[in-house]
Amino acid sequence: MKLNLKIWRQEHSEAKGSLVNYQLDGVTTHMSFLEMLDMLNETLIQKGERVIEFDHDCREGICGQCGLMINGRAHGPLKHTTTCQLHMRSFKDGDTVYIEPFRANAFRVLKDLKIDRSSFDRIIKAGGYISASTGQAPEANSIPIGHEQAEAAFDAAACIGCGACVATCKNSSAALFTAAKAVHLAILPQGQIESAGRVLAMVDKMDEEGFGHCSNTEACEVECPQGISVLHIAELNFRYHKSRLLKK
Amino acid sequence: MSKLDAKIPEGSLEDKWSNFKNKARLVNPANRKKMTVIVVGTGLAGASCAAALAEQGYQIKSFCFQDTPRRAHSVAAQGGVNAAKNYKNDGDSVYRMFYDTIKGGDFRSREANVYRLAECSAALIDQAVAQGVPFAREYGGYLNNRSFGGVQVSRTFYARGQTGQQLLLGAYQALMRQENLGKVKTYSRHEMLDLVLIDGKAKGIISRDLVTGEIERHAADAVVLATGGYGKIYYLSTLAMGCNASAIWRAHKKGALMAGVSWIQFHPTCLPQSGENQSKLTLMSESLRNDGRIWVPLLPDEKRAAAAIPEAERDYYLERRYPAFGNLSPRDISSRAAKERIDAGFGVGPMKNAVYLDFSKALAEQGKEKIKEKYGNLFAMYEKINGIDAYNEPMLISPAAHFTMGGLWIDYEMMTSIPGLFALGEANFSDHGANRLGANSLLQACVDGYFIAPYTIPNYLAGELNTGKPDTSHPAFADAENAVKAQLAFFMQCKGSLSVDYFHKTLGKLLYDKCGLSRNKTGLEEAIKEIQQLRELFKKELRITGDAGLNSELEKAGRVADYLELGELMCEDALQRAESCGAHFREEFQTAEGEALRDDQDYAYVSVWEWTGKDQPHLLHKEPLVFENVSLSVRSYK
Repeated sequence: MKLNLKIWRQEHSEAKGSLVNYQLDGVTTHMSFLEMLDMLNETLIQKGERVIEFDHDCREGICGQCGLMINGRAHGPLKHTTTCQLHMRSFKDGDTVYIEPFRANAFRVLKDLKIDRSSFDRIIKAGGYISASTGQAPEANSIPIGHEQAEAAFDAAACIGCGACVATCKNSSAALFTAAKAVHLAILPQGQIESAGRVLAMVDKMDEEGFGHCSNTEACEVECPQGISVLHIAELNFRYHKSRLLKK
Repeated sequence: MSKLDAKIPEGSLEDKWSNFKNKARLVNPANRKKMTVIVVGTGLAGASCAAALAEQGYQIKSFCFQDTPRRAHSVAAQGGVNAAKNYKNDGDSVYRMFYDTIKGGDFRSREANVYRLAECSAALIDQAVAQGVPFAREYGGYLNNRSFGGVQVSRTFYARGQTGQQLLLGAYQALMRQENLGKVKTYSRHEMLDLVLIDGKAKGIISRDLVTGEIERHAADAVVLATGGYGKIYYLSTLAMGCNASAIWRAHKKGALMAGVSWIQFHPTCLPQSGENQSKLTLMSESLRNDGRIWVPLLPDEKRAAAAIPEAERDYYLERRYPAFGNLSPRDISSRAAKERIDAGFGVGPMKNAVYLDFSKALAEQGKEKIKEKYGNLFAMYEKINGIDAYNEPMLISPAAHFTMGGLWIDYEMMTSIPGLFALGEANFSDHGANRLGANSLLQACVDGYFIAPYTIPNYLAGELNTGKPDTSHPAFADAENAVKAQLAFFMQCKGSLSVDYFHKTLGKLLYDKCGLSRNKTGLEEAIKEIQQLRELFKKELRITGDAGLNSELEKAGRVADYLELGELMCEDALQRAESCGAHFREEFQTAEGEALRDDQDYAYVSVWEWTGKDQPHLLHKEPLVFENVSLSVRSYK
């Protein structure tokens, strides 16, 4: 099939970017979206032009490094899918496809479609962990955790940190990302001791990084590759306010 | 041969690690904060090592080429992590796990290293649970297990199909905690481009900031490479696009020896190639083989859909050839058996390059809900990639390059032949012999980083307290930096007509055909010549567009340049080893039934290679493998 691509090109963080038109012929339905971009880049190299920079690594939907706004949707038209797992069978001959980076104040564009998501690292750094140094751990079965509880923790822990939730949110909120980690750790007995301090530190850091607030549009859950529930945000808010009130 | 002193501690197999720990030198807490360790790679081995050393008080500089440490390729491991907890009361023990691993490796690994891996396995599960890794639980709240290929006990712990991701997040969070405490500084989007030696010891690295293009010098008292495997050399593989051999290869060219270079595992359950532009062969977890049955049609040129083929006309070839282990036969054997059927013309799928992995029996016996709970994400992934619902028809699978058992040679203390340079996880060669058992990879990476390096690195650092603080103004840094800059300048100036990917794909195809699942003398000799020619073409015809700043083509050029040298050594290594063992199958050396024919008389050693200079032949050293506790047997899974 033949596609009309309109792709965001930007030289560096401070440069003014713009959409550039490309036509690509010979795209087949079983190619992945990123393989389509590989193909386009190969044609650019043949013409002596600079390739389109985009983030990607594992190409199997788990590392979280890829992420594009495709026709205005984070990771493209499918629900709960990363960009690398999107295949060209979702498009048809003659389609015009807009390809842009994930945009947010807290996600700086580095070049073309590559962005800086280190703000997510800083949220985790603020408290997204259990303080268990190597060597301190007791025997693993000494604290039983019910099957449902373990599964619920997993549901939250499944976040791959891609940033689709932020990109799709009209407020550029990182509430779903932050909630996923804070709730994952709060559900488990090992994580409960630090829970109150953790939730305050992570939410405060989220605000400081320039992410917006959640206004419950629930768009994030739709685009989340792992389908992480917005109910985690409700729990985050509950835990945040409780911790704030109880803080001496 | 002093280079090859493995430094195995005294004592019985069970006592060696304790004996080492009891005698290892220590560094006073007040001195630890004065010492810096560079850790390259933030996968399970790198992140755990960096966090554990930081917890002890050392200053750590942690590097990764990804945009955040959490993306390292450990994240992609699906199935599980082994530990000899014997929670299932099914006969498991440290010794049993040791034996399974050494047998699985086809008796081409060191007894002492493998025993230590099994010995430390239980503590890893404790550590991960303490960090909040949500392993699967039974209804009573205790940890659940499943079985994996090559063993007859259930010792695999898992977190749905995302065990690697969850373990890595545990290690990443431990790393972030130490960064918050000021003990770690992370350098994301940085690639190590050279190792710096001062007085023969590893004292730093040259790195490139992949955003600005800036070349940087970093000094340290020791350098740890935890940079993973090089299976991406085949281009089409289960690995992430950025996985590379550059850190270990550049260390190799500075004197670190490489071992078991051609021992590369092909994973039996991957998605087959479906077209020319394909960039990746996605892995479907081996855990699927617990409930899926593998078969091909009994008749050649079968045209019917899978469901229309009656039971009597299906060849469950693993169950037929290996009745004791059946669909859970080890990876090398399962992959080779698939290749045998495909090559014989019984392959299925549009390109006739796959076999069926069929869940109909398990679905009928256990119900869809149970299967969905165990493998839901894998079935969803399969549907996304192929547009096929595997609850209704069998999956199409095929072997793909997956894991490198070979890597930098290390001694018992994980130190390479360069003092002060350590190699952890898949980057080293040591524990898996010629074939790795499923779910031992996450284990090895974690055990190396959490439990071994935190003893062995201080043992080295204790001797470095009075050798002076390493300084980036040393001429060795300037030399290494100049060499790196010269190579980058060469890539930018080369005005050829072929992209980096062209060279990578050509090399990959060549290696798949001639140094892949099976090898022979003629093919390997051809491959060596062809790689040399391709390397010459690369120097003349490479084309990099863009500038020396953020430029993914420039990043790839360096990696492929290294692959073009490493590929040749892989072939040399495979050629030199005139036997079949584990993943290394030489067609000239097989039994009448087509099984690997090992030669313990002449090849019970590890081939260890020394770089002697550009376009010079590698020098072979041999580390004899001494088996005091197991008797070498023919590896039978029948």
